[in-house]
Amino acid sequence: MSNSSLNISQTQNKLTLNFSGELTLFTFTAHQKTVDSSTLFNSQEVEINLENLSYLDTAGALFLDSLYENLSKKSHTVLFIASNQEITETLNLVKNKKDNTAEIKTQDEKDVISLIGKFTYKNYIGFLSFIAFLGELFATKMHYLKSIRNIRYKEIAFEINESGVKAIGIIALTSFLIGLVVAYQSAYQLKIYGANIFIVDMLGISILRELSPLITAIVIAGRSGSAFTAQIGAMKITEELDAMRTMGFSPYRFLVLPRIIALMITMPILIFISDISAIIGGMLVANLDLKITTELFIDRFNEVVAAKHFFIGILKGPFFAFLIATIGIYRGLMVKNDTQSIGFNTTKSVVESIFAVIVCDAIFSIMFTNLGI
Amino acid sequence: MKKIIQVQNVKTIFEDKIVHDGLNLSINEGEIYGLLGPSGCGKTTLLREMVMLQNIHYGDIDILGHSLSSISVDEAQGLRKKWGVLFQAGALFSSLSIAENIALPLKEYTDLSQKMINEIVKFKINIVGLKVEDAHLYPSQISGGMKKKAGLARALAMDPKLLFLDEPTSGLDPISARDFDALILELRSLLGLSIVMVSHDLQSIYDTLDRVAIIDEKKIVYEGNLANMKESDSSFIKTFFGKYNE
Repeated sequence: MSNSSLNISQTQNKLTLNFSGELTLFTFTAHQKTVDSSTLFNSQEVEINLENLSYLDTAGALFLDSLYENLSKKSHTVLFIASNQEITETLNLVKNKKDNTAEIKTQDEKDVISLIGKFTYKNYIGFLSFIAFLGELFATKMHYLKSIRNIRYKEIAFEINESGVKAIGIIALTSFLIGLVVAYQSAYQLKIYGANIFIVDMLGISILRELSPLITAIVIAGRSGSAFTAQIGAMKITEELDAMRTMGFSPYRFLVLPRIIALMITMPILIFISDISAIIGGMLVANLDLKITTELFIDRFNEVVAAKHFFIGILKGPFFAFLIATIGIYRGLMVKNDTQSIGFNTTKSVVESIFAVIVCDAIFSIMFTNLGI
Repeated sequence: MKKIIQVQNVKTIFEDKIVHDGLNLSINEGEIYGLLGPSGCGKTTLLREMVMLQNIHYGDIDILGHSLSSISVDEAQGLRKKWGVLFQAGALFSSLSIAENIALPLKEYTDLSQKMINEIVKFKINIVGLKVEDAHLYPSQISGGMKKKAGLARALAMDPKLLFLDEPTSGLDPISARDFDALILELRSLLGLSIVMVSHDLQSIYDTLDRVAIIDEKKIVYEGNLANMKESDSSFIKTFFGKYNE
């Protein structure tokens, strides 16, 4: 398809570049190489002959124009010979519209120090905005709980149904399986020592105190935390949040507080359900594998597992719920005006809330142990 | 004429970019006022500052006698009940039907009976040219033009005297856009509204606006009526309105 050619001829003081055929963006690279490698440019006068050119596109014209400028810079006299009107028009267009004043900015150089600086600053700002969110949350809470009429019972009930009642099945099933697995693994070890009955102590304390609250929190973080982020993020993109604000409906009152309150109410109940089903799972294994009857299991449970373990587990519920709900909602409010950031923030919301729950659990663990509870 | 909005020396800065560098303008009661300018000049930002969605960094905006830089929470809440805002895509609450969307402010802010609210909703639906038969539909089930009309009906639900419109005709076909212009003019005379709008639609600008402010290069380059605009020597005005003025 390349039917374009370049002839270079020299007469005395004059160099003639003879272009013919079509000079387009598909064809001029070869000529560029020829011209660049040419050592012939020692004559004062250069003539660019376009008489035989059948077609010139803007890329070709740009090539000719930069050739012209290069040569002019080296104090050659350059002369274009062209009579075809279309070709001269293209050349003039390129000449007039070419912008040499500004360069397209390339991405900032990736220098390690500035990357660390930017990363730190970004995280610092993110942390500050989360603190600001908590502050605003607290301020709105104070403002709206001034009167009992301000509480949105309907929304709270709706959220309790959405993130509490509908989660009972999955939480019961997960906890049941966790109880089963823990009991099965320890039964094998206990049998070696003939310490079968101690499975009750082990299951009772570990499940009530640690496993149930954690499992419940993780399931809820994945289920409700992500839902909060996605719902609120989508509302932000469609300007629904702005619309609410201009109508004087504070999103904190209508969306944020009901979700947080609902989750703080449901979490302890869900932990209780998780306790029951995990213990049932453990009891089943004890019965089948270690030949401990249900009556014996319950008797022993009554005897060795103090009620404080149960209450500690339940007490963790509202704290975990607060962390999951605030992080989920905060991430939703951080969604920018593009769809990608919904995905990004939903991921962040789940990861951050699970992390926060585990950190919180560790703090509780140390605290209660030191207090001797 | 009474001034209902006064923007005084407003400066807006986003990170390291100056958007507004000292804007001054005033809007009179009963007029349809346009904020115009090239894209990215901060028209919508100024509108968002007026409706308290965005903080003002320097300067002040005075709306209906309230200074936005020093407004209390309760005053702000009262002010919000006195205006209506129509967003570009309607911003209807997706979990509520059209009728519920319009009824929401009435339900929250008044102690009207459900029957009365229904009457009001039906009236607002009629006044913006929607069909009452469509009132039970959800935002995802209706067209863009209907969403705008429903959004307008919701903005009018509390009978505000002040209406903010963000690109009311964008995304509408030319016929619906002209209908919408006519609707805005009709509502203005019917309800005695003052309207502030951001627009790009030339036809709509000439058909509806009484006065305009043109923002370019971070400043107001022109404020006044459309007829005198030719005398301005802003390059934006020349290119944007050039053809029309010939």
